[in-house]
Amino acid sequence: MNENTQLEAREMHMPTEKIVARSDLYEMESSTVRTPDAEQRPVRVTARNVSVFYGPKQSLFDVSIDIPEKAVTAFIGPSGCGKSTFLRCFNRMNDTIEGCRVTGKISLDGGDIYDPALDVVELRARVGMVFQKPNPFPKSIYENVAYGPRIHGLARSKADMDAIVESSLQKASLWNEVKDRLHEPGTGLSGGQQQRLCIARAIAVSPEVILMDEPCSALDPIATARIEELIDELKQNYTIVIVTHSMQQAARVSQRTAFFHLGNLVEEGPTDLIFTSPGEKRTQDYITGRYG
Amino acid sequence: MNTAIIATLLLVLLGLAYQTGWSRSRRLAPAGETKLHSRPVYHGALAAIWTLVPALLIFALWALFGETASRAYLLAQLPPDVLALGSAELESTLRRIRQIESGFGVVGDALPWENQAAQALREFSTLTYAAVIAAAAGTGALALWLANRRISLRLRARNEVERVVSAAMITCSVVAILTTAGIVASLLFEALRFFSFVSPIDFFFGTVWNPGFSTTGQGAAGEYGLLPLLWGTLMVASIAILVALPIGLMTAIYLTQYASQRTRSTVKPVIEILAGIPTIVYGFFALVTVGPFLAGVGDTLGIDIRATSALTAGIVMGIMIIPFISSLSDDIIRQVPRAMRDGSLGLGATQSETIKRVILPAALPGIVGAFLLAVSRAIGETMIVVLAAGNSPFLRLNPGEPVSTVTVTIVNQLTGDTDFASPQSLVAFALGLTLFIMTLILNVAALYIVRRYREQYE
Ligand SMILES: Nc1ncnc2c1ncn2[C@@H]1O[C@H](COP(=O)(O)OP(=O)(O)OP(=O)(O)O)[C@@H](O)[C@H]1O
Ligand SMILES: [Mg+2]
Repeated sequence: MNENTQLEAREMHMPTEKIVARSDLYEMESSTVRTPDAEQRPVRVTARNVSVFYGPKQSLFDVSIDIPEKAVTAFIGPSGCGKSTFLRCFNRMNDTIEGCRVTGKISLDGGDIYDPALDVVELRARVGMVFQKPNPFPKSIYENVAYGPRIHGLARSKADMDAIVESSLQKASLWNEVKDRLHEPGTGLSGGQQQRLCIARAIAVSPEVILMDEPCSALDPIATARIEELIDELKQNYTIVIVTHSMQQAARVSQRTAFFHLGNLVEEGPTDLIFTSPGEKRTQDYITGRYG
Repeated sequence: MNTAIIATLLLVLLGLAYQTGWSRSRRLAPAGETKLHSRPVYHGALAAIWTLVPALLIFALWALFGETASRAYLLAQLPPDVLALGSAELESTLRRIRQIESGFGVVGDALPWENQAAQALREFSTLTYAAVIAAAAGTGALALWLANRRISLRLRARNEVERVVSAAMITCSVVAILTTAGIVASLLFEALRFFSFVSPIDFFFGTVWNPGFSTTGQGAAGEYGLLPLLWGTLMVASIAILVALPIGLMTAIYLTQYASQRTRSTVKPVIEILAGIPTIVYGFFALVTVGPFLAGVGDTLGIDIRATSALTAGIVMGIMIIPFISSLSDDIIRQVPRAMRDGSLGLGATQSETIKRVILPAALPGIVGAFLLAVSRAIGETMIVVLAAGNSPFLRLNPGEPVSTVTVTIVNQLTGDTDFASPQSLVAFALGLTLFIMTLILNVAALYIVRRYREQYE
């Protein structure tokens, strides 16, 4: 999809989608009084009544949510509540898990991503993913970043590729640390550097949405701070969804927060509201550390 | 009966020792008051070890020297004129006497002096037997008493048992190593005898294999060039690998990456059945089915392919090796972390791009290891080649022609009437040694590569 058709799609679909989204939200949270969203951003991804089954067992129940563009949305909730499961729905990584079934509707810029006619490979180039544990390929730093562009044929020449690799590493604020050792193995970097390499690798295919599943859980506080800074910069250009177990991290980096519990989306809203005056007792308990 | 009595004795000693050790240590430390260093089971086990080991040693000595002793005694019983006989006749006399003694009876009538000797031997055997049993029981009892005296609160029975266990393990592995060393030594020794007939240069670099027939005293008749056999071996093994490697590897990739759990659980056992088929059956298959089929194909294409040829043997051997390669590669591919695969798929790579660019490169060292193990298997394989390769030791390039391999030649040289002093049969050991060194090098290389690969991901 090129820029124009994307824009068209957005203009055509967004208004109606947004109305649906709002009314949905109000229906869901009719018992709680909400202040309207301070930043009215266009919605990029919408999920409607998404349920996920692993074999016969249902792990996610009828989740509906809107992900705003160029902002960070955080998923929080106790372990096993389905955050990763839901996140994987957005780039159809659940397809790679045997026996996993997804129902409901998820659309990216108005297009249904579970449409049988849709090319999963293309979708995953538009919706990139960063995993919990840094997983660089056992190749050189350069090759790690060049991997995606090469597969998708994004570079015409070696110079093109060099430029993509450099700009991706720069956006992931890793360039200065590795520019003299591009051809050393990516697995030789420190954990935090490896995670930034994985972010650079995801950025290199110019995705529109970046999904991050606990990207800092294997890192020390300093590396975590670097990644958080990076996320803050990346949100200028990308739509970001991040799963995190750290309340502070959610509060620091995200604009919207969604709280999951036992496979249900309990509530969702602007981060400052969720953290200062949550609408649900369960959210309040989780945020204040009473369970989790 | 003998073994039954010995086994009973040992069991009784074992039970007694364990029981006394256990209860004595129990009595030392009434529940909850003082603390034993080791739990009563260890005291029991230690006492049992102390008791059994000396008894077993006595039986072992008897097994080693009993025969020699009884022979010496028997010789002392024989009349001088019998002793003066030649060694062959003396041996047969001794055998006769032993047969009389054991009550099996002999051909013809037993002479009086034979009967006498047998009678004496019988008494001697009974006596030594009783003596050995008594000695074993006595030493056992003595050792038990000593072991019991040692039992105290602070006795580190647990640590001592541990030491005995580890010593036992070491003994077992030493046995395995010594066996290997013994095999190599015997091969080496016989091979050296061969090289006293034929110079190693003629053997390793000779291009003609024509050993002639073994007629005693003829010396180094015939030619013993290894190269035609080596060439045959390499040709058959290469064909086998050409068949097995792609099929095995693709199977492994399919099973690990594409197949659903259900397909996997049916396909895998079916493939593994291939590994359970005896090689002689593969040989029939080659001889009866594949060979004629290939010859027929050759006819239609206008190429001359013989029914028994390097091609037939190689293809069937390849089929035999498929499960070997597929299950080894399966394990190796499975060891590539799922995170690698997800990382690639998450970037929008297709399944086959992921396999080609991430999974196979990561698994490559392991796959090379599997490949080398398969090659060494193919080189050492005998039965299929005996039946299907045609046994024709000439240097020929065409795989459609019969060949002979190192293993087949070993079989040929050692079957039938063999005289182990002639180069015709001794050459088998030189061939065996060559084969052994080849597979050893391959295995060591494979193990080295596989080990390096393991370190990469753990
Ligand atoms: N591959 C799978 N097969 C079967 N069940 C799964 C699978 N992955 C997740 N589940 C189940 O789905 C539920 C949600 O799991 P999920 O991984 O989404 O939780 P999570 O919120 O990400 O937890 P965490 O914070 O620990 O990562 C859990 O009950 C889990 O057992
Ligand atoms: Mg998770």
